[in-house]
Amino acid sequence: MQAEPDANGYLEGGFADPVMGGQTIFRAIMQAMAEPGTIRPISQALRAPAPMTRTMAAIAATLCDADTPVWLDDALAAAPQVIKWLGFHTGAPMTPHTDQAAFALVSDSTAMPQLAAFAQGSDSYPDRSSTVILAVESLASGDAFDLSGPGIRTSARLRLTPAPADFIAQWTANGAQFPCGVDLILAAPDAVACLPRTTRIRQGEG
Amino acid sequence: MSTDARAFCRDEAQAIATYNFAYLDEQSKRMIRRAILKGIAVPGYQVPFASREMPMPYGWGTGGVQVTASIIGPDDTLKVIDQGADDTTNAISIRKFFARTTGVATTTATTDASIIQTRHRIPETPLTEGQVLVYQVPIPEPLRFLEPRETETRTMHALAEYGVMHVKLYEDIARHGHIATTYAYPVKVEGRYVMDPSPTPKFDNPKMDQCPALQLFGAGREMRIYAIPPWTQVVSLDFEDHPFEVQAFDRPCALCGADDVFLDEVIMDDQGTRMFVCSDTDHCNSRQTAGHAGEQDT
Ligand SMILES: [Zn+2]
Repeated sequence: MQAEPDANGYLEGGFADPVMGGQTIFRAIMQAMAEPGTIRPISQALRAPAPMTRTMAAIAATLCDADTPVWLDDALAAAPQVIKWLGFHTGAPMTPHTDQAAFALVSDSTAMPQLAAFAQGSDSYPDRSSTVILAVESLASGDAFDLSGPGIRTSARLRLTPAPADFIAQWTANGAQFPCGVDLILAAPDAVACLPRTTRIRQGEG
Repeated sequence: MSTDARAFCRDEAQAIATYNFAYLDEQSKRMIRRAILKGIAVPGYQVPFASREMPMPYGWGTGGVQVTASIIGPDDTLKVIDQGADDTTNAISIRKFFARTTGVATTTATTDASIIQTRHRIPETPLTEGQVLVYQVPIPEPLRFLEPRETETRTMHALAEYGVMHVKLYEDIARHGHIATTYAYPVKVEGRYVMDPSPTPKFDNPKMDQCPALQLFGAGREMRIYAIPPWTQVVSLDFEDHPFEVQAFDRPCALCGADDVFLDEVIMDDQGTRMFVCSDTDHCNSRQTAGHAGEQDT
């Protein structure tokens, strides 16, 4: 069936096949979370209203629903089409409170709130924490970080363009709260990488 | 296939006449997928999830089935084992369930599988990067027999207060002269959470440590999911004067001669002839095909 032109700009743009689309994206995220620093390609013909990127939209469509309050950064929150797209394709409620977000969508990594502002979970329920979905321009170039921890055999190298301000200090503080803390999904234009709270990072050398 | 398994498959075919890919609905998969990601991020921590009804009894490993249903895709190759065998009623039924509801390829060869669902054993053939091992877990809480109250065990995990577990193991030593626990032997994951490896024999515990594969655990009735990422430290609890030891077998496999594997005692005939053979049937068959033989064949 040929879809009608989408005057509202948000009705179209979901997965062509939600079942397979969600499975493919989830496996990429799962493997990226299990092996921090590895880059998993994402190719989904999915459209999203700016400034939400396609990868960010694919991740949201895979993981978010009516049970997951979503927080949007200023740039995303200022775009009504983004809110409509998320409402239509995920059914997720929006929250203005960083510490109540199951997922936080950050389109501008240089203006990301402090990680400590998001839900951290509790010692009894460390799973009740925010997952931050952070759009980046590239995972192939930029600041280099050396990673270690579960999922990494010896060491791994992650590159980020652009990296959030004061990233190493913020991430180290996040890790110090284990088992509490946030997890990070990095959304590049055509790939994802993840940093679970267990990953230790330091400035990459060379 | 047994009559039970046949009846199961017939009922199941009716129940899933209009099924989603892998049977489970998309909302349930999303919820389970979120729990899996949290489990990976907090290795060994039991993530609560809202377990769904599956067209099979709880005893059949619905937790593992729900985990597999939430991760499996058309490119996967699935292996299912019960004990170490691919051909028990439980393993056959679950394998058929996924073959029918997903159309994915199935295999009995450990090396060919991208997802392996298991009830007890970790395959003898070393797992590799990119593989996922899904455990069907009946009782996920390692402290349950020591402390029945969920609020208490949750607090013990929160505070990493695991002294009671050591007391239990030490009572074993006092009574038996050694740690008598041979199945579901508790481990500590990445120095933090004490975890129950489910009913696996302790023989398999060392395979969990620094395993290249991702390990996911699903407990349906108890509604918990937990995980061990690849390359993660998994240490069996023990004492300096009573270090952890795996079961030793005093003979090799009667069929393939392997002497570094977990053996099952099987009765061969009406006279009650017994012999010890690999619990991992794929491993045993592969070795026999490669020309290895046990004393039974010589
Ligand atoms: Zn054998």
